[in-house]
Formats: sequence, structure tokens, C-alpha cells
Amino acid sequence: MRERRSLRNPLRIMPAARVAVVALIALAGCSLGQRDNRLDARNASAAHGVGTALTEADIAAWNIDVAPNGHGLPPGSGDVATGARVFAAKCAACHGAHGEGGLGDALVGGQGTLSSAKPKRTVGSYWPYATTLFDYIRRAMPYNAPESLSADEVYALSAFLLNQSGIVPADARLDAASLPRVAMPNRDGFVPDPRPGRL
Amino acid sequence: MKPLEIAPSSRVPGAPVLEHPYGVPSPREATVVRRSARAWPLPGAASSMTPLADLYGTITPNGLVYERHHGGVPDIDPDQHRLAIHGLVRTPKLFTMDDLLRLPAQSSIHFLECSGNTGSEWNGPSGLPVQLTHGLLSCCEWTGVRLSTLLEEVGGVSALTRAQGGAWLLAEGADAAAMTRSLPLDRIIERALVVYAQNGERLRPENGYPLRLIVPGFEGNTNVKWLRRLKVVDAPLQTREETSKYTSLLANGTARQFVFEMDAKSVITRPSPGHRLTTHGYYPISGIAWSGRGTIRKVEVSTDGGASWRLARLDGVPGDRALTRFEADWRWDGAPAALLSRATDSTGYVQPTREQLVAARGLNSQYHYNAIQQWRVQADGEVRNA
Repeated sequence: MRERRSLRNPLRIMPAARVAVVALIALAGCSLGQRDNRLDARNASAAHGVGTALTEADIAAWNIDVAPNGHGLPPGSGDVATGARVFAAKCAACHGAHGEGGLGDALVGGQGTLSSAKPKRTVGSYWPYATTLFDYIRRAMPYNAPESLSADEVYALSAFLLNQSGIVPADARLDAASLPRVAMPNRDGFVPDPRPGRL
Repeated sequence: MKPLEIAPSSRVPGAPVLEHPYGVPSPREATVVRRSARAWPLPGAASSMTPLADLYGTITPNGLVYERHHGGVPDIDPDQHRLAIHGLVRTPKLFTMDDLLRLPAQSSIHFLECSGNTGSEWNGPSGLPVQLTHGLLSCCEWTGVRLSTLLEEVGGVSALTRAQGGAWLLAEGADAAAMTRSLPLDRIIERALVVYAQNGERLRPENGYPLRLIVPGFEGNTNVKWLRRLKVVDAPLQTREETSKYTSLLANGTARQFVFEMDAKSVITRPSPGHRLTTHGYYPISGIAWSGRGTIRKVEVSTDGGASWRLARLDGVPGDRALTRFEADWRWDGAPAALLSRATDSTGYVQPTREQLVAARGLNSQYHYNAIQQWRVQADGEVRNA
């Protein structure tokens, strides 16, 4: 593999060099600002022609992140009743029968407690985006078998938990269009880091 | 004094070479190990802490580097491992470990600190020893490829993302938690490394083998282990680890988000709780200081609970976003004492008191506790976190 690459290298020098120049323009044209000169120096030797080109199709199985605008959500849908069944079978052992918490985090309740002495941070009380729920369940849950749930099951679990928190009605069915539109109670509860300058 | 005798070890040959092909510490150092502050309900979603009181200098031995996992330690074959770099880049690419080892390497010494470190002290002295108050902290020489080099290999970042207010980088692990964090690219591009080695050898499994991200000065969680994917995006993904966790709840019910840099901090490691001073007279006060925003400019020490302060000596030249060892002379006269250290970093930031932190953030912000730490020395010589 390595030998084949080194044989191909002479053929690739020109295109690689051209890519490096384009990259430099792209980087310098924006906000790397005062570091441009140092980038210049580094980019002179940049683009070693290492690595294999990758298409979006190649990476589909890994490309599972979901953005707050819903980008990345897969086809499929799920409703509250289905979610209740999946939750009982695959989640309740750690998170409690109703998502009240156990070995795993509490997922429901806590609304109105965030400024109290004993705040309860849950999906319902604290999480700013419903898309995060889908993303996290799909990539990391259940703890003993992550990435084992179907898209329909993850939509259903999202619907169930949001219903348990009083955020969507009992007849809700969520999909790629409706999940990003769910209004989370603590959506405006986050502020930027004021440091440095303030503690 | 009894006249010295020839020791038994001097009268017989010792063990042969290669008794331990990979060396191990003396069995007499068997208590110098990582420990957890509590029993975690899921042992793979847990942390263990570095025994700071038993360490010297500033480098943490690989077997003692603190751990924090969210889905256990994966067993990854480096020949099968791949790093994908995609999103808003010109030429998305997949890199093998061989590919990464062929790129120009850089070694840098940086601390890693979990932003939950010392959270035990928000409500006042916990009574815990320094391993369990400050041990989510380690410092290694990391070797790997600059993030900027890798972004050059994929042809650079789309100018469009810059126009929209700056690109972000989603970093994702290949562990069972598929841990993800969104990082502001402009703030990390000059320093971040994608590393395959620590302290001269390949990463340990629990520290990300075979590949991890190092973002010098940023909270530990952002230094994604078992790194499989870097995706350039135009806005943070709002992952669970940057919304539900690693956000700091303030007294008014709002929470700070994307709190990245670990501010300047210091702690005395000797003497510290669990130690007992056995004689009156000279004791050096030794500790470590660090800042996620640069180097340590000075460390001051107090032995009277903060009524008076004096400069400690810094051991060697302080490194950028690395641990710095400090030491101050002290003679213990047998009276109760209260030992404190206070760091100032290269930006002029002075390590705050607990009262200042609580006034600014309340008692529920959980992360980023960096207050001045006090150890009490009792008249009997016992040192306590009280």
C-alpha cells in the first residue's frame, strides 16, 4: 500500500500543490487573521498527499450527528405509545419505569427547579434542543447496546420522553420534520462564557 | 547512632534483566495508584484520579494519568482504526494510523484537567485528600500531528463557514459513547494536536489508544479519545456533552455554555491531607500550578491562612498550558498552620478564593472550580482538608 502510494506521488505533486494554494486562500481570506504569515510558512510545505479521498456515501454509517435544525435526522417516525413500550423493555432498568432516574440519569421532571438550591437537570427541565435527545439516544443508548436501536425506535423514545415531560401531547408522532420544531422549555436558558474578564 | 551495617542487598546478586520486559514500579510503591472518589453505578462511565501527592516534577507517568470514560475503554486494533475528516472541507479524507504517522510530528507538554476537578470543594472543605480533590489532573508530553496540518491535507476549511461567524469542529470518539464535542475552530487551530503517543510511547487504551484529540488548555472532555471523526460544521451541534453536561448552572437558573478554558489554579501536594509532620523544623511546601490560558507567572504561598503571602520558587521554565512545580521554604514550629497557594498566569489572572467563585456562580455550577485550596496543619502534625 505504501509503496504504491510513493510511486503515485510524483503524479500527484501538481494537483496537491494547487489544492494547498487554494486552501491557503480560503484560510487567509477569513478569520485566522494575524497568524497569516505563519500559516504561509507552513502551507508552503503543506498538503503531503496523505490520506484517501472520502465520499459522503463512504462515511454515511459514521455521519450520525444531528444538528438543532434537524440536519442529519434520518427517515422514519415514532409515537408516544411505541416509545413507552421500547422504554419499558430497553431503558427503564437504568432510568426508572417513568424516566425518574436510577442507575442512569433522571430524564423527566425538575421543571421550575433550576434556580433552586437543589436543581434537577433533566431532558424536560434543562436540555435546550430535542434534536440532542435523538442524537444521544442513537449514538450512545442503551448503555449496554449503543447504536442498536432503529430510527423509528429512537423517534418513539424521543416522543415518549418529551411526553413524560409534558412537552408533546400523548398522541404525538415525531419525525425529521417535527422533532426540530419541538419547543424545549429551557431553550433560552443558556448564556455564553463571560470569561476572561469576569469570574 | 548504631554503626552502619552492610545491607543484605549488597551481599547477593539481584534480579536479572528482563524480569519485567515492560518495567513496573517497585512493589514498595504499590499504594501509588489511581483511585475513584466514589463507587460509580456503571463502572465504564466513571472516573479515576491521579495520586498527585506521590508524584514529583510535572510529568504524570502513563499508568497514573487520570481516567474519565463515558462508555468504557474500547479495545481498538490500530490497523483497523480510521480517522475521517469531512464536512465543510475541500477534500474529505480518511486516514489510517500509518497515514498519520507519515505526517510531520510535534511533541508538546500539556496538562489535562477534567472540568469537574475539585468540584468536591464547592460547598466548603470536603475532608478529602488531594488525590480525590484535584486528581482529575495529569500532564504528559503528547506526540502527534497538528490539527492545522490535517486540515491542510483535506484542502482547507470552506470560506463560507468563516463568513457565517466561524467554523466549528465536531470531534467524535469510536467508543461505545461515541463521545462528541463541538469546538470553535479559530480558538483551537493554532494549538490542537491529533496525538498517538504520550510520554514517549503509544497512548494507553484508557487515554484514547490509538488516537485522541488534545486541545491544550480546554476542559478535559473536549480532548476526545479514540478519535474517529472530525467534521467541520458552521455551528455547534449542541451535543449531550455540551448541553446536558459540561454546562455551568448559575444561581439565577441560567447556565453558561461552551465554557472551555481551564483557568489558572494551583494546589499544594506536599504536605497535604494524609501526611503527618513528624518533627519541628524545615519542610518545603511543594505543589503544582497551571493555566489553560498560557504559562504560570508566579505562585504565592501562605502559611497563616492567607494573612500574609510570599513568592514560591518555580522549578524550571513554566511551559505553555503545562503543569509548573513550585516550592517554598517553611519551618514548622509546631503551631497549627493553614497552608495555601495562589497562582497568577501570564494573562495576569489571579486564582480566586472560593467565596469569589461562589459569589459569581452560586453553588450549582459544578464545573470549573479553581479556587485557592487550604490545608490545615494541626498541632500534632496531621494535615487535614478542613
